[in-house]
Amino acid sequence: MTRPHDFLDIDFLLSDEEREIRDMVRRFVAEQVTPYVGEWFEQATIPRELAPALGALGLLGMHLEGYGCAGASATAYGITCMELEAGDSGVRSLVSVQGSLAMFAIHRWGSEEQKQEWLPKLATGEAIGCFGLTEPDAGSDPGAMRTHARRDGEDWILNGQKMWITNGSVADVAVVWARTDEGIRGFLVPRDTKGFTAPEIHRKLSLRASVTSELVLDDVRLPAAAQLPLATSLRAPLSCLNEARYGIVWGAIGAARACFEAALSYSQERVAFGRPIAATQLQQAKLAEMATEVNRGLLLALHLGRLKDAGRLEPEQVSMGKLANVGAALRVARTARQVLGANGITLEYPVIRHMNNLESVITYEGTADVHALVVGGALTGIQAFR
Amino acid sequence: MKICVLVKEVPDAAVDKRIDPATGRMDRSGERNLNPYDTHAIETAMQLREGGQLEVDEIVAVTMGPESAVRALHKAVSLGADRSVHVCDDALAGSDVAATGYALAKAVEREAPDLVLLGQQSDDGECYTIGAVVADHLKMPSLTQVVKLDVDGDALRLERQAEYGYDTVRVRLPAVISVGDAINEPRYPSLKAIMGAKKKPLETLDAAGAGIDVALVGAEGSRVACGDFHDPPAKPAGQIIEDENTDETVAQIVAWLEERKLI
Ligand SMILES: Cc1cc2nc3c(=O)[nH]c(=O)nc-3n(C[C@H](O)[C@H](O)[C@H](O)COP(=O)(O)OP(=O)(O)OC[C@H]3O[C@@H](n4cnc5c(N)ncnc54)[C@H](O)[C@@H]3O)c2cc1C
Ligand SMILES: Cc1cc2nc3c(=O)[nH]c(=O)nc-3n(C[C@H](O)[C@H](O)[C@H](O)COP(=O)(O)OP(=O)(O)OC[C@H]3O[C@@H](n4cnc5c(N)ncnc54)[C@H](O)[C@@H]3O)c2cc1C
Repeated sequence: MTRPHDFLDIDFLLSDEEREIRDMVRRFVAEQVTPYVGEWFEQATIPRELAPALGALGLLGMHLEGYGCAGASATAYGITCMELEAGDSGVRSLVSVQGSLAMFAIHRWGSEEQKQEWLPKLATGEAIGCFGLTEPDAGSDPGAMRTHARRDGEDWILNGQKMWITNGSVADVAVVWARTDEGIRGFLVPRDTKGFTAPEIHRKLSLRASVTSELVLDDVRLPAAAQLPLATSLRAPLSCLNEARYGIVWGAIGAARACFEAALSYSQERVAFGRPIAATQLQQAKLAEMATEVNRGLLLALHLGRLKDAGRLEPEQVSMGKLANVGAALRVARTARQVLGANGITLEYPVIRHMNNLESVITYEGTADVHALVVGGALTGIQAFR
Repeated sequence: MKICVLVKEVPDAAVDKRIDPATGRMDRSGERNLNPYDTHAIETAMQLREGGQLEVDEIVAVTMGPESAVRALHKAVSLGADRSVHVCDDALAGSDVAATGYALAKAVEREAPDLVLLGQQSDDGECYTIGAVVADHLKMPSLTQVVKLDVDGDALRLERQAEYGYDTVRVRLPAVISVGDAINEPRYPSLKAIMGAKKKPLETLDAAGAGIDVALVGAEGSRVACGDFHDPPAKPAGQIIEDENTDETVAQIVAWLEERKLI
């Protein structure tokens, strides 16, 4: 018999261990996120204590090896992103940025000393990291960045501005990308470095349960040891984004699932014209469509996860996944919002919160357009960016 | 000291419970999980170990069940047990409560624990009796429905949930203690613990290996057989009190509750 919440029995494709991880994260979200997140969203905050709580569960940098990280599979990491984002995209963003952007950058491109210094604290959530690539005038085209670093004896001097940086104001360490005479380089900037500030961006109407900031670098002096030694081109930051995007392929389906489930239960309880709206053909068609999007998106995510674990996943496949799943999630969220009638516009239900969050998710980590261009380029062999 | 925790795999709480009319037993197909009450028993063991007043050397999870029941053991280990014992034999299928308690007692006996913990009920059978049966076979005191447990010198001080209030009991070990879900808040298994669970020792025993006399277990060895099944009686319709005057409404609610001796 099919089950409304796992219509295609995708559960059957998971290992026992993957189910255990899912259940653990799901319980954490149900107990520690869902009851409070409407309030966080309204107040535009996310509690700092969430990071150590996630760290204690082993979820920060969970797919990395060593330095206090669990070394979990890509699939397990994806499942975790899905369950976290079923709570809120902001919570998943915290984990994505910490694990896939900041920690991954250090793990993949950093020196042994940098790894020893930062990874264990980032894994426990004692420290928070952020990742500064985007600038006010360079988003989709990061190669146009203006932030630059010049050598001064042994040291580096950084100047410039980063924009839209998740976790920026609360980060203990910022991974900052800058141009140099030798090409793009990455730097680890500790929070209290002189000349470095991270003012928070206010008045967001999306991803409100997430800190988004500017990073201002005003003659920031860093020792040579602050530079990520293995990162020598734009390839380095793009490799990090590829990791984080992979998590979003899963995460978006978590948000979609939460919207679908809210619409399903609402439609069964809400009576209009003398019967539950779930008894109407129009609403059943919407429910069927939403369930299909969620199941199809999850199959896609799981497939990419299995490819990644087998070492076969290509960046353009991740682009296809992000393009497809975030688009699907937005459609599901908008449909679910309508099923909830006027209740659908309030924070009493999760739907409009997810719907607004997904507007960020479809933009960050490469906009839908950019991913379409990546897929198009791979299909045709013609790069259409410029 | 050594603690044995009895655990059981049950249908997931989200799955509707159903009796299979052909066998007269619960339909246990579908998603399964570790019995939620047992997670409280494991947490109790963990808190005893971490409290440091007793030296807990080992926490051993013990189950009797089909092959799939290893998942309950993995979960128990991910929540803190050091190793596990799985009693698994076709001869055990269809055991009633007395037979199950006997079989578990035999498996536990081999471990010679100082304390046996278990959940007060299973989410599927809801018999509340396994603890007492196991204790009887092990010749240990049985304490049921325990909602508070503290170390008191060389003994334990327990609060049992009674019909009106609590009984406070002091018991010297060894003992068999079944716990209610009010006793603690089970921890989250960490990712590393989940990933490490399969690497912890797991011993699988057949009936003979556990020293179980197969004449006393299984459908044959069980003296209780379920006969007929009925749906629970339909609940009478509730009474809706329209709130026109709050004082009157309150008085009506209080009268209703008093009539049923609920206050
Ligand atoms: C909440 C939030 C958190 C973020 N967190 C981070 C972070 O932690 N770190 C970080 O570095 N960045 C972060 N970002 C920035 C994000 O990655 C960028 O917003 C994104 O890359 C898009 O850049 P942009 O906003 O400058 O848009 P632009 O690049 O200016 O794009 C504007 C529009 O033009 C389209 N476009 C651009 N180029 C082309 C083209 N060649 N052909 C067709 N259309 C095109 C885009 O698709 C888009 O629709 C975050 C953003 C948000 C909203
Ligand atoms: C910001 C805001 C301001 C408002 N201001 C006013 C106001 O000033 N005065 C006022 O009177 N009202 C106001 N409303 C209420 C608004 O008119 C109702 O929300 C609207 O009529 C829908 O009713 P509902 O929310 O009860 O949804 P429901 O009627 O419960 O509908 C829920 C869902 O079921 C669908 N549905 C219902 N019946 C059927 C059917 N037979 N077949 C198929 N699908 C069906 C709907 O299309 C919807 O998707 C306001 C609402 C909002 C959000």
